[in-house]
Amino acid sequence: MNYIRTLGAVSLVYLRRMGVMGLFLLKTFFYVFVPPLKFTRVLKQIRFIGLQSTSVILLTGGFAGMVLGFQGFYSLSRFGSDAFLGPMVGLSLIKELGPVLSALMVTGRAGSAITAEIGIMRISEQVDALELMGLNPYRYLIVPNLIAVVISMPLLTAIFDVIGILGGYLIGVKLLGVSAGTYFGEMASYVDMKDIMEGIYKSLSFGVIIIWVCCYKGFYTGIFTGFGAEGVSKATTQAVVMSSVLILVWDYVMTSLLF
Amino acid sequence: MIKIDGLYKLFDGKDVLRGVSLGVRKGEVIALIGGSGSGKSVFLKHVVGLMKPDRGRVIVDGMDMSTLRGRDLTGLRDRLGFLFQGGALFDSMTVFENVAFPLKEKTKLNDKLIRERVFNELEHVGLSGSEYKYPSQISGGMVKRAALARALVMDPEIMLFDEPTTGLDPVIGAAILNLIDSCHKRLSFTGIIVTHEIPKVFDIVDRVAMLHEGIIWADDTPEKLMSSSEPIVHAFVGESANSSIRHQSGNTVVRG
Ligand SMILES: Nc1ncnc2c1ncn2[C@@H]1O[C@H](COP(=O)(O)OP(=O)(O)OP(=O)(O)O)[C@@H](O)[C@H]1O
Ligand SMILES: [Mg+2]
Repeated sequence: MNYIRTLGAVSLVYLRRMGVMGLFLLKTFFYVFVPPLKFTRVLKQIRFIGLQSTSVILLTGGFAGMVLGFQGFYSLSRFGSDAFLGPMVGLSLIKELGPVLSALMVTGRAGSAITAEIGIMRISEQVDALELMGLNPYRYLIVPNLIAVVISMPLLTAIFDVIGILGGYLIGVKLLGVSAGTYFGEMASYVDMKDIMEGIYKSLSFGVIIIWVCCYKGFYTGIFTGFGAEGVSKATTQAVVMSSVLILVWDYVMTSLLF
Repeated sequence: MIKIDGLYKLFDGKDVLRGVSLGVRKGEVIALIGGSGSGKSVFLKHVVGLMKPDRGRVIVDGMDMSTLRGRDLTGLRDRLGFLFQGGALFDSMTVFENVAFPLKEKTKLNDKLIRERVFNELEHVGLSGSEYKYPSQISGGMVKRAALARALVMDPEIMLFDEPTTGLDPVIGAAILNLIDSCHKRLSFTGIIVTHEIPKVFDIVDRVAMLHEGIIWADDTPEKLMSSSEPIVHAFVGESANSSIRHQSGNTVVRG
C-alpha cells in the first residue's frame, strides 16, 4: 500500500516538473516575439555558441567524414558498387550524422556552460536580483540563447557536412582511388534538396532542445536539483545527459516522420 | 504602504514564519531584528514577492503581492530597492557596470549622465577607485557596498535592506547607516532594515520590530524597546546595548 503511495507521489513530482519544463519553453517562445530584444546579448551568444564551436565542429566533422570514407568504401566494394561512395557519405552526413553529431558537440561545449552559468546566477541570487529590478530573466538569460542557437546550429551543421564530405573525399578519392568525378558527380545526382532540408530541420530542432534543456536545468538549480556548487554540477550533468538523449530520441521521431 | 497580515511559511516541515503581521506607514523606516535563522531574510523575500506565502497576505502600496502579475508587478518593482544579504552582484560585470545596469535598462539617460550618477553613488558608499574591478576581486564588505549603491541608484520609494552593515568594520558600518539615513531624508523612502546593529541602528529608525519564533514578538519605538522588561526582548536588545556601551567605554580608556 505504502509502495503504491510512494509511486504515486514520485510520479506526481515528475509530472509536475514536466509541466514546468513545458511552460518554460512556452514562456521562452513568448518572449522571443515580445520586444524589446536584447540584441547585444544575442550577438554575444552567437559568438559563444556558434563561432567558438567551429573548431570542434571542423575537427569532429573531418574525422567523421574520413571514417565514413573507409567504412563506406569497405561495405560498398563488397557489392562492387564503390562508385556510390559519394552519395553514401553525403547522404549519411547531411541527413543524419551532421545534425546529430554537431548537436551533441554543441551540447557538450556550449550547453553545459550555459547550464553552469545560469545555475550559478540562480544560487547566488543574481536571477532574483534581475527580477527585482523589474527585468525579465527570460528576456535577458534565455531568449538570447534561443535566437543564437537557431542561427548558429544550421550553420554549424552545414560546416560539419562540408568538412565531412571533404574528409570522405580525402579517404575515398586520394587514398582508396575512387575517381573524383564519380565521388562528386554521383553525390550531386543522388542528394536532393529534400535531404538537405531534412538536415536543416533536424539541426534547428536539436538546437531548440539543447537550449530548452540546458537553460531549464540551470534556471531551476537549487530548486529541483540540490544546493550550492553540488547543485550546479548535478544540473550540468543532468542537462548534458538529458539533452543528448532527447536529441537522439527526437532524431528517431523526425526520421520516421520525414521518411 | 507595506502591510503584512498573518504571513505563514513552511519549509520542509519546519514553520519558519507562523503568522507574522506588520505594517509600515509611508515614509517610515523600521528595523527588523531577531536571532540568526529566525526568518528575517525569508520575511523580506515575501515582501518583494520572491517567495509566495503558504497563508496570509502581503499588501504593498495597496496591491496584493501574491496575485500581482506582469506589468503591474514590474511597475511596482521599479519603485522598489532591495539589498540582498549576499549582495547578488552580477559577477560577470564590473562594479561600475553593476550599478549602471538598472539605469541603462530602465531609464533613457545618456551614457555621460549615467556615468556621473554611478560615480557619485559609488563615492557615497566609499568605493571610488574600485569601479572597474569585478565582484570576485573585491572584499565581502565592498561587495555589500556596491550592492547598496546599485539598490539606491534608482531612487526607490520602498527600500528593503538585508543586513546592510554585516561584515563591515565599525567605521564603515556607521558611515553606511548614515548614508541610509541621509538617503531617507532626501528621498523619504519607506524602509525595512534587517540588522544586528543594535543599538546603532536605533538612531535612524522610527520603530523596531523583533521577529522571534515565527511571529513579531515585539514592535515598538526604540526607546520603549530598550527599556522593555520582557525577558526575550531584554536579552536581545539589552545585552547588545550593554556590550556596545562596554565597547565605547573601552575606547575611552585607550584614548585617555
Ligand atoms: N529556500 C529555503 N528552503 C528551505 N529552508 C529555507 C529556505 N530559505 C530559508 N530557509 C530556512 O528558513 C529559516 C530562516 O532563514 P533566514 O535566512 O530567513 O534567517 P535570517 O533570520 O535571515 O538569519 P540571518 O540573520 O543569519 O541572516 C532557516 O532555518 C532556513 O533554514
Ligand atoms: Mg538573513
